[in-house]
Amino acid sequence: MNYRTIVGLEIHAELLTESKMFCTCSAAFGGDVNTHCCPICIGLPGTLPVINKRAVEFAIMAGLSANCKIAEKSKMDRKNYFYPDLPKAYQISQYDMPLCTDGYLEIETVSGTKKIGIERIHMEEDTGKSLHTEDGSSLLNYNRCGVPLIEIVSRPDMACADEATAFLDKLKGILEYIEVSDVKMEQGSLRCDVNVNVVADDGRKTEIAELKNLNSFKAAAKAIEFETKRHIEALEAGENTLKETRRWDDAKSVTVSMRSKEYAHDYRYFPEPDLVEMEISGEWIERIRKELPELPQAKKDRFMKTYEIPEYDAGVIVSSKALAAFYEEAVKLSGDPKLASNFMMTEILRRLKDMDSDISDMPFDACDFADLLKFVISGTVSNNMAKKVFREMAETGKKPEKIIEEKGMKQITDESAIEEIVDRVISENPQSVEDYRNGKDRAVGFLVGQAMKASKGKAAPQTVNRMVREKLK
Amino acid sequence: MKTYELTAHEVRDRLRERELSSVELTEESYKRIEAVEGRVEAFITLTKEQAMLQASAFDQATKRGENLPDLAGIPMALKDNMCTDGILTTCGSRMLGNFVPPYDATVTRMLKESGAVMVGKTNMDEFAMGSSTENSAFKITKNPWDTERVPGGSSGGSAAAVAAGEAFYSLGSDTGGSIRQPAAFTGLVGMKPTYGRVSRYGLVAFASSLDQIGPFGKDVEDCAIIMGAISGHDSKDSTSVKRPAEDFTKGMKDGVKGMRIGIPKEFFGEGISEEVKAMVLEGAKLYESMGAVCEEISLPSAKHALSVYYILATSECSSNLARFDGARFGYRAENYQGFKDMFIKTRSAGFGEEVKRRIMLGTYSLSSGYYDAYYNRGLKVRTLIKQEFEKAFEKYDFILTPTAPSAAFRIGEKSDDPLEMYMSDICTVPVNIAGVPALSIPCGFKGGLPVGMQLIGKFFDEATLLRAAYSFEQASGVHRQRAELAGGGENEL
Repeated sequence: MNYRTIVGLEIHAELLTESKMFCTCSAAFGGDVNTHCCPICIGLPGTLPVINKRAVEFAIMAGLSANCKIAEKSKMDRKNYFYPDLPKAYQISQYDMPLCTDGYLEIETVSGTKKIGIERIHMEEDTGKSLHTEDGSSLLNYNRCGVPLIEIVSRPDMACADEATAFLDKLKGILEYIEVSDVKMEQGSLRCDVNVNVVADDGRKTEIAELKNLNSFKAAAKAIEFETKRHIEALEAGENTLKETRRWDDAKSVTVSMRSKEYAHDYRYFPEPDLVEMEISGEWIERIRKELPELPQAKKDRFMKTYEIPEYDAGVIVSSKALAAFYEEAVKLSGDPKLASNFMMTEILRRLKDMDSDISDMPFDACDFADLLKFVISGTVSNNMAKKVFREMAETGKKPEKIIEEKGMKQITDESAIEEIVDRVISENPQSVEDYRNGKDRAVGFLVGQAMKASKGKAAPQTVNRMVREKLK
Repeated sequence: MKTYELTAHEVRDRLRERELSSVELTEESYKRIEAVEGRVEAFITLTKEQAMLQASAFDQATKRGENLPDLAGIPMALKDNMCTDGILTTCGSRMLGNFVPPYDATVTRMLKESGAVMVGKTNMDEFAMGSSTENSAFKITKNPWDTERVPGGSSGGSAAAVAAGEAFYSLGSDTGGSIRQPAAFTGLVGMKPTYGRVSRYGLVAFASSLDQIGPFGKDVEDCAIIMGAISGHDSKDSTSVKRPAEDFTKGMKDGVKGMRIGIPKEFFGEGISEEVKAMVLEGAKLYESMGAVCEEISLPSAKHALSVYYILATSECSSNLARFDGARFGYRAENYQGFKDMFIKTRSAGFGEEVKRRIMLGTYSLSSGYYDAYYNRGLKVRTLIKQEFEKAFEKYDFILTPTAPSAAFRIGEKSDDPLEMYMSDICTVPVNIAGVPALSIPCGFKGGLPVGMQLIGKFFDEATLLRAAYSFEQASGVHRQRAELAGGGENEL
């Protein structure tokens, strides 16, 4: 029996506005406990919300970037439930008239480009945070309460963990590009829930499980894989799964049941009477569209055309705005787009992946990187040497010229110095010379290797190669 | 006439003529309060210390020769659901029995800026839910015309305070008639402005799409002056309308000649006392004698207004009152296990019966599976009612109806029968549903009790209502009668 996995995503992204969604408090992350608060965001009686226009613009920007239709009329609704971190006991959200609908993003899969639908993007306010102490009491911090959020709901168009990850990467890249969110999962400015179920070829299918507590894209992927397996096992055993919410336990790499959907909240949505309906003019939308920066796809096309780098490389480099900016800066300073992209693809990206970090976390900047490239271009260091220098830069943050100088890594280009080494190697290896004369060409490689070793890798390899061949003639 | 019996504009003239100072006037108010408050029980909180400071600030400004607004230096009272910075704001509820807001409602701020002197915060039905001021957690306010009777509600404290001469004017809030019905019961002029005319910021919400703050005054001119002081766009309230400030006294004396008045037959049907009907129709005749034209009209959907009201208002209140959970402010139950238990015990003990009844009704109406049948249908009927009013106003300048089915009823008379209590608002509720402005003005007396007549106007046409009411008042002279409640402030002027 064959099985098809169906994955849909719900992503919450905090918007990077200066102030909160409905009051003038700072929306910045962190801050001393309960200092980004006022009577409005802690819901004191009599206070009223006033919508943050910039938050609406940011949400529209996200919608435009995800190819959504922007509603001409939209409204806010109340989602009612009791929880101490929700001071008004309702969250101002959007129910049946979301701001953006019917969008899509394109992802690259093994079988080519795939369109993943976006059902809706709507606006809402974030909740506060509860801190449960060991003695059983709970403390509340309302700094986050009322920070503007967008919720992006995908269609169930993804068929595996890889596609979900590709979608998340793409979405994260876009939100970062248009600078509406800082998309940091570890700070909670990007949060993701997954809906997953499985359909068998004979038409049987499992109930949808909603997965929560996914603290990284990796966790999301692992949770999808775990669930896929669990759902298939259920169908194989002739059973079904429950329609429920499950929590990802990252330490144990399993999902655990949280609550059955049968007992789901009745949120008693109704139109927020304290706010009026929004009318979004075509003119406003066009103004926002003009404000949008270059999106990843356009940047990729430009990189391929201007810098003549391969499509794959361009795609990887533009996947993050910071990375693309780093690349462009390095190209500008070094003047060699291909060398820059090659180096980034091999050394930098591998390192970022290994360390699970961003380019902004590295202890060097584009200027340092360009300096290193310039040493390669001028022949001061070989390509191989440059890689060693780079590793040192990444670990210590030292400037490339300092590393080269300290470690004496400067390439030997002086012909007479190289000749001296080559002469010595030839005289010390008469057998190899003999082999060469007997037609064994690979003896050249051995001798070049010996000469490089004798120079401690510093001799310019091309020069050594040429000289060995000349001497053997 | 005694000082406490004067209208606000009469007092203003005397302050301007320096016949008396604001400090004297405010002391006079407190003397009157001392003398009658035990019998009326209009106030939850008295703010004498602050009032005396505000009064002496006025007197000093007058000495400096400053040009002061109409309401400056005049003692007034606010319903206890309007937030006052640093002063207890209880909403008549145990839940907010200890709540001191750190901010002023916009109306509070505007009146302060007008130099008003606040003598205290008035009693009300808990969270403005009721029609008799019997639902307060603290006290039952009595009608100054007959202390065995209710002053109406929910702004009964604000009405009684003015009718008893404890304050010269007051503000109330009106969600389904809570200004107009008590105005009718206590012989005052009370106005519910167009929805959006007065900022709701800092008014503790009952039903957000219906609530509106408005004035109680002893005559129409007072109401016009107060309306001028509290109206206007507020950037803190998205539902307040961007319109320039108006002088509502302008054109007030232009008469009613040629005005067309609609008399909707649905407001004179079953449940309305014959005497009240007769008095309102007498009022219509008086208008005709002044050159207006009265015609019977029909507003067929208005009969559904009360049902729509008890769906929409309760739905909104179930959400608006959900924040009272004991977590951040107000009352919190003492013994509980975990936050859920804390919520349940706090809300069970903190709210009174009527509030709990309405929260239950609203929660039900909004529940999945019932939303379309109740809330959504309620919204549709609301649109119909609004359209009928709009259509009527294509032909008529205003609509004339009774304010309440009867004069003030006895304390306890309706408190065991919520449905009968709800019927008290049958003439006033359609106005809130439509969002249009209306006022109640005394049109006569029945057995020593005042009876009110309601004038309903076009959106943002409060001016026509005030003009028509002023003409009536001048012609009938009813507004010059005062409740006879002896004691305090006996100074004759």
